[in-house]
Amino acid sequence: MSDARDSRSDLAADRRALLRGAGGLLAVLLAPGVTLYALGGTEAAARAPGEAVSPKVRWGLLIDVNACPAECDACVAACRTENGWADTGHSATDPHWIRKVSVRDPASGAAREVPVMCQHCASAPCVDVCPTGASFRRADGIVLVDRHICIGCRYCIMACPYKARTLVHEPVHDQTADAPRGKGTVEGCTLCAPRIDAGRLPACVEACAAKGAAMLFGDLNDPNSAIAKAVAARAPARIRADLRLDPGVGYRGL
Amino acid sequence: MIRARAMAVALLVSLIGAGSAIAGDGSGAGRTPRPNPPKAQGEACVRDTDVMRRNHMTLLMHQRDDTVHRGVRTKNPGTKDLSLSGCIGCHAAPGADGRPVSYADPGHFCRACHSYAAVSIDCFECHASRPAPAKTASGSDGTMPDLARDMAKDLSAYLDQGRDQTREDGR
Repeated sequence: MSDARDSRSDLAADRRALLRGAGGLLAVLLAPGVTLYALGGTEAAARAPGEAVSPKVRWGLLIDVNACPAECDACVAACRTENGWADTGHSATDPHWIRKVSVRDPASGAAREVPVMCQHCASAPCVDVCPTGASFRRADGIVLVDRHICIGCRYCIMACPYKARTLVHEPVHDQTADAPRGKGTVEGCTLCAPRIDAGRLPACVEACAAKGAAMLFGDLNDPNSAIAKAVAARAPARIRADLRLDPGVGYRGL
Repeated sequence: MIRARAMAVALLVSLIGAGSAIAGDGSGAGRTPRPNPPKAQGEACVRDTDVMRRNHMTLLMHQRDDTVHRGVRTKNPGTKDLSLSGCIGCHAAPGADGRPVSYADPGHFCRACHSYAAVSIDCFECHASRPAPAKTASGSDGTMPDLARDMAKDLSAYLDQGRDQTREDGR
């Protein structure tokens, strides 16, 4: 049994080394303007299991709107599966951790469907207004709700300019192990914090990579990460940039 | 005076006798109802049974803050690591259909004692009270080999698509 496990981990190590090599090669070949998510993927594994999140890291997303087809909802479907939320039959109160928003430029007529989720702002209004401290910003930049102390007042829902949060209105059963959610508490995109903590990519990014590869995830503070390089090469657009909330999510082609 | 003392001694002796009689038939199924939580899988709990019986709530409370706020997620089986899903995994009690029962069932591990002690808990308003049935196609156990495999798959899919041409046009 232990032999089998050893050989498996050896194999995995080989595979990792191979991938790292392949990643470097691809970066050389495809460098300008190609957002290849796999290059930024392995950095999430750096933290040891017992170690707390560090403010040296700031997780971010870069979404290429032009590479995001209108009919595709792979990111939304992956988020639903991963985090166990679904329509309740009451459209006014349905949860939406991530949703596709239709935008159209009246001047040019150009229309896009933009995935919008919690923008993980550095100066998050939801954190400012929360009366109990349940809405908080983790050291690595992920904005979360501590549902142990959330009283369901919904002040954060009103404060958020991105309409990123919803209240759970109905009892929930058989939640997924990593995404507890329950009636009377506010919820929103967690950037798949449990997956990030385990060294994996957010579910939407993983699903998108198989479809349009429009999402790039990584550490904005690490100048060598693919996302930091892409952001440095060309400043991404932010939704409601006028509010100067310094969101962790950026958009290209918006 | 002597008579009074003799009576007191007699009373004491009879009390002790009665006490020992109660204690004697109290082993196992006695007059006092006892909670009967289902047996856990695995060899040992993360702490001694005595500690767990009295302090599991404190441990969970501490761990929840560590996990939610500091991102510490340790659930290695067989170690002293704490995690609610670890508890749920080991203490899953199978029901009639073979699937572990949820907290709604009186046979649930937590429920067995908490119903007995009439202490209501809020954990399972949000947390799953039983392990997930099976891994979904895209789900994995969070280990690096899975990430590597997924990445390899996605990489080859990406390269097969030959998207770079269209992507350059889009910008």
